[in-house]
Amino acid sequence: MIEDQLGRCVASWYKGATGVTGAAKLSGGASQETWTFDIVHADGNTGAILRRAPPGYGASPGRAAGLDAEATLMQLAHDAGLPSPRVMHVLTPADELGTGFIMQRIEGETIARKILRDEQFAKARPILARQLGRVVAGIHGLPASKLPKLREMTATKEIADLEREYRSFNWPRPVFELALRWLRERDPGPSKEVTLVHGDFRHGNLIIGPDGVRAVLDWELAHFGDPMEDLGWICVNSWRFGEIDKPVGGFGSREELFAGYEEAGRKVDPDRVMFWEVMGTLRWGIMCCGMMRRFREGPDHSMERAMIGRRSSETEIDLLRLLAPRGG
Amino acid sequence: MQDEPTPTELIKAVADFLRNEITPVIKGHNAFKLRVGINALDLVTRQLALEQGGDAAEAARLKQLLGTDGALIELNRALCEKIAGGEVDLQTPGLAEHLWQTTMDKLAVDQPNYASYKRELGTK
Repeated sequence: MIEDQLGRCVASWYKGATGVTGAAKLSGGASQETWTFDIVHADGNTGAILRRAPPGYGASPGRAAGLDAEATLMQLAHDAGLPSPRVMHVLTPADELGTGFIMQRIEGETIARKILRDEQFAKARPILARQLGRVVAGIHGLPASKLPKLREMTATKEIADLEREYRSFNWPRPVFELALRWLRERDPGPSKEVTLVHGDFRHGNLIIGPDGVRAVLDWELAHFGDPMEDLGWICVNSWRFGEIDKPVGGFGSREELFAGYEEAGRKVDPDRVMFWEVMGTLRWGIMCCGMMRRFREGPDHSMERAMIGRRSSETEIDLLRLLAPRGG
Repeated sequence: MQDEPTPTELIKAVADFLRNEITPVIKGHNAFKLRVGINALDLVTRQLALEQGGDAAEAARLKQLLGTDGALIELNRALCEKIAGGEVDLQTPGLAEHLWQTTMDKLAVDQPNYASYKRELGTK
């Protein structure tokens, strides 16, 4: 059924398209879905991705930028020469597919364990951190006048949001209290420079090929704020997948990431990056607690969610390693 | 008094069956889910073995730190309030050691293969 709808939609803007084939859902919660499919054409098929909120799910939840904003950001990134899929079509009511957009499908890998271990990525791993530094600098440098409307965040607001979320669980965690206190005491205040922040720049949202990074995905958490937030978040230990001595995604060093960033003409503030790494570690820990709550309250009563709840202690040991390292 | 086998023995028998007999014949997304399920059973087994000792030691440390007694969750709430209020911090004798020991005991149950945990076990 979705193939018929997609076929009609594609025919309206892709010259010579005769339909779509191989539609399969890649991921989907209640309010947002990702589909892969091929556009059928006499000159050869084209891989495409649909990202949408199905009909009836108009508004985007809480912190989400919204699918229209995501489409605009991806297209801007693509136009700026950053690794980003080309947006082929933004859904209209006439498409009867809900809200969202269709983009070019980029081949590659998003699963961290494969990127960190498989032979085919052996040449990519040593260059990735520097490359990602340049890419994230490009994101922070996207022209402000063309950016969509997004929420604006500061460290102070982020601490307050995390604290509110943590308190709502009503489950005492002395290490999280220590981290909240540490963050409040070292809150650097509003950033001198406010830029676009991707908000979820890490494994899972990066398509990697044997040649390096091919695409940055998932702009759902994009906002305006301190550019150092993105550099701190990609260094959070939870994204190192066991390679704990390589802070950037388990494949590179902070120095390489920073060098790439500065090559692109931007400045790094390492203290602020470290502040955001602590914030990010706490944030992931609180997100794990949120998974546990969703498991308990339903509707997603899955083992996977339940077990993610038991990963918040991983962030506690990482917070202690950052805030109270043993044996100097 | 309940009869034998113990919960630990029962769970371990089920986990071993799933691991050794079922894992080789399951493919795709269900193989991933099966692995998560086996991990959950292994976690429960570790908790049954370690929880009592860990909780007792944690309660004893909290009693010492706070100078009060009570249920473990209430002691933890009291410590949280003191940390949030700045009455207790990393300069307070015993706090860092307490948080480290408590966290190491949690990891021993939750994720004993977590790289940070294995590193800290080695440097203790």
